[in-house]
Amino acid sequence: MALLDVNQLDVRFALRRGDVKALRDVSFSLERGERLGIVGESGAGKSVAAFSLLNLIAKPGYIAGGSIHFDGRDLTQMSDRALRHVRGHRMSMIFQDPMMTLNPVLSIGDQMVECLKAHRRISTREARAIALRKLEQVQIPSPSARLDQYPHELSGGMRQRVIIAIALLLDPDIIIADEPTTALDVTIQAEIMALLLELCEKHNVGLILITHDLGVVSQVTQRMLVMYAGRVIEQGPTREIINDPQHPYTQGLINALPQMATPGSRLNQIPGSMPSLDNLPSGCAFHPRCGFVERADGSTRRACIDEVPDFVTSGNCQAACHMVAEMLERERIPAEEIR
Amino acid sequence: MTTTTPQVASRWSRFRGSYLLYSFKRDLIAQVSLVVFIALVAVAVLAPWLAPMDPYDLAQIDIMASELPPFWVDGSDPAYLMGTDSQGRDLLSTILYGARVSLIIGFGAVALQAMLGVSFGLLAGYLGGRVDAFLMRLADIQLSFSTLMVAIVVGALVKAAFGGATFSAYAVPLLVLIIGLAEWPQYARTVRASVLAERHKEYVDAARVMGFTSRRIMFRHILPNTLSPIFVISTVQVANAIISEAALSFLGLGMPETQPSLGSLIKSGFDYLQSGSWWITLVPGLVLVVLVLVINLLGDWLRDVLNPRLYKG
Amino acid sequence: MSATAQAYSQAQAPAPGQASETASPLLEIRGVEKHFSLSGDFLEQLKFKRGKIVREQKYVHAINGVDLDIQRGEALCVVGESGCGKSTVARTVMGLLHPSSGEIRYDGQRIDDLSHKALMPYRRRMQMIFQNPYASLNPRMTIQQTLEEPIRLHHPDWSAQRVKQQVAEVMASVGIAADWGGRYGHEFSGGQRQRIAIARALAVDPEFIVADEPISALDVSIQAQVLNLLMEAQQQRNLTYLFITHDLAVVEHFGTRVAVMYLGRVCEVAPTATLFARPRHPYTQALMSAIPRLEDDRPQHIRLEGEVPTPVNLPSGCVFHGRCPYANERCRREIPTLIATDDGGQVACHAVEEGRIA
Repeated sequence: MALLDVNQLDVRFALRRGDVKALRDVSFSLERGERLGIVGESGAGKSVAAFSLLNLIAKPGYIAGGSIHFDGRDLTQMSDRALRHVRGHRMSMIFQDPMMTLNPVLSIGDQMVECLKAHRRISTREARAIALRKLEQVQIPSPSARLDQYPHELSGGMRQRVIIAIALLLDPDIIIADEPTTALDVTIQAEIMALLLELCEKHNVGLILITHDLGVVSQVTQRMLVMYAGRVIEQGPTREIINDPQHPYTQGLINALPQMATPGSRLNQIPGSMPSLDNLPSGCAFHPRCGFVERADGSTRRACIDEVPDFVTSGNCQAACHMVAEMLERERIPAEEIR
Repeated sequence: MTTTTPQVASRWSRFRGSYLLYSFKRDLIAQVSLVVFIALVAVAVLAPWLAPMDPYDLAQIDIMASELPPFWVDGSDPAYLMGTDSQGRDLLSTILYGARVSLIIGFGAVALQAMLGVSFGLLAGYLGGRVDAFLMRLADIQLSFSTLMVAIVVGALVKAAFGGATFSAYAVPLLVLIIGLAEWPQYARTVRASVLAERHKEYVDAARVMGFTSRRIMFRHILPNTLSPIFVISTVQVANAIISEAALSFLGLGMPETQPSLGSLIKSGFDYLQSGSWWITLVPGLVLVVLVLVINLLGDWLRDVLNPRLYKG
Repeated sequence: MSATAQAYSQAQAPAPGQASETASPLLEIRGVEKHFSLSGDFLEQLKFKRGKIVREQKYVHAINGVDLDIQRGEALCVVGESGCGKSTVARTVMGLLHPSSGEIRYDGQRIDDLSHKALMPYRRRMQMIFQNPYASLNPRMTIQQTLEEPIRLHHPDWSAQRVKQQVAEVMASVGIAADWGGRYGHEFSGGQRQRIAIARALAVDPEFIVADEPISALDVSIQAQVLNLLMEAQQQRNLTYLFITHDLAVVEHFGTRVAVMYLGRVCEVAPTATLFARPRHPYTQALMSAIPRLEDDRPQHIRLEGEVPTPVNLPSGCVFHGRCPYANERCRREIPTLIATDDGGQVACHAVEEGRIA
């Protein structure tokens, strides 16, 4: 069994107009030391997925169904006490805004020591030594001086390094990073990403990287999920998905990038925009924007409009799309006839 | 090319779907407050038609009927439901007229405050620099004078220049002026703060790039976006102005007793409190408390609905 | 990279570098500097030091001597990281900020010192699109009002019918349904709002548009829509763009020429294909290596030392010398100026000038 195994996770938000389904039927797994990317545009539910992994969803959100097995135990059924242990020791989180994690009135050292002492029975001196070692690991210049500095004295890139040091403090098995570099400049982003990758490889730490940037995903992760309107619509090895995406949405997302078109020519845009979660289209949520639906023949077209697609396996990838299912079906018949 | 075909929600249906109405429907205190407030305003406005007597008409006053208690106390006269005051005026009628005076002064003063405060706040916030520094120091100076000081100064000036009779004749507009002048900085500060927040938003830059004049940007673009805090502060200020007026009248700096407001009624009864005629003070006092309370409760509700972050933060 | 560069030069027949020699530029930015005071008003500037009261003023040097020409019909992209002054350039050009020194000329006429009234004809010809579509539309105005207002201002003699017709035309041209007019900005998604903001800029038929990070706040699939719209508008209306962005992938696709800024100075200007084929300035090289590309399996960026210095105390000499692997004594002492390169660009770098970088 994988280290982390998410099965048919269903997350809803209870609002005054009724429940909004933020995540529907999300399943994936993560092996020890594996790096997984979760890609999607805003409103796709990728941040909700990250928060629900640690059972950190705030009201009015709640987990309505499914399971999250971590190291064999179901996080959705755990007591708060046991959950806190998992959150600190086994999984840690990096947020987009470092100030969500850092307390502005405590020095970096104090925050790291506090965190260590809350989880381990060690002296302040030992804790400071560990904190210093972690700051060295994230390659902060003059780490011992940083211990006594306050968050506001550091630049954005430095802060994010400190956050990574804090995330590594208790030697977790998995780091969940929610858009860790979105607020940073490209040169800083490149360094932070390279650092994160290096640390994960060196210490055999699993990484769940949530981002909208396909370039970052291709550089850092081994497998990826693509999310759309609260569902996973495609998953598989990163390289294979990027080189040969199956789902029309993934294709559209990759083709819409400026580097996929001749400079100066028209970009391959996806028409329309992501539906809001409280007003989802019937059937496949992507069908109103999907270019293949118009060209599809009657039965497939009806399926796109009426039925929520199941995953079909194509090579190492899985895609939730009626069109892909139909194409695979068509390919299989001649293959069998030849045999 | 056809012009726009507005398949747009009308104002009414927009209002019906709004959060304002939704939260009002769920808030019992706001509903009760609104009903009480509307009832009080209605009887005050309709006082000349509702009141059994005209307290301003000396011919209707019977000095022999002075200090009669309200109907539930022994020795009451059924003609005077709430009893009479020391001059024999029907207390119910006097309270209705008095509430009218209090409300007129309250709303009038707030209108003046809003006019001064909103213009100064807009100018200070949008133009910044020296204009801002000057207007805000002016506001500081104004705030360091209490309402009482302004009332004494204005009252003394008017009385010295035109005599006490003139002051009595123009008491309502003068009190509007005094309370309006004394409390505009509250508005100016609130408006300035929201203008400072709005001024750096890109829609203001967009309007500047278009070439609109500062005046048009201030009034057409920024002002409508600062209305929520203005509404909230207005309710509080109406309550404050009514209390200020009552306090001034109680001290003898406000409405004359011939034309009593709630405050001067309370004062006129105060001397008789010891001699057992408690109702002359207590009944108008109760009306004043209820009036101010419902306005404040409505203000609280409005603040929560319109601007949850600004005030709770 | 070279494949895209070739494709690029095929797509754009006359090389933009040559066009600049024949026609006079539409917009000229000459030695523009912009400083913001950090010290507050006069009283706050007074400090007590060593027994004396001294007046102390601190400035943020947002831009320090920027020279740029924008040719008719081109899209000049200004790239750089946060704090490099690219947005300040945009806002100074549009008159939202007054330059501390230097000149801005539009069509040969100096515009940075004009009165509000004298500036009005230029206001119509120059328009701006902002970064944040959630803040750039007035929340209390309907779309129809938002679009009509600038037309009424610049064409006071037009009839209501004509104004309405102009609004309808511009709405159609950016792909806004006609029945959106009566609705408010908050009813739309980010991409739709950005369309409305573009419509507002186009409503007065401008010839020059400053776009300050117009797609940075949008999702990937929406970015493509908005970028396509901007390119269509450029073709149909023969627009000239000053396009501010931090996204080099967008620049490569959209820009005719690129100016790279660092800490308030322009360090390299070149035709897009040239710049992407052969970045000369060490900072440009680092910046381009940092773009995460789909074909990469690992980050392959040039590592820079240190961080961007604050624009309050600027480094002496070349502003990049503290992080530059090629810096020498001269770089620390002397401010480099833009010099022409053999392939049509300009670079401000002593190392390139001296041939220390290939």
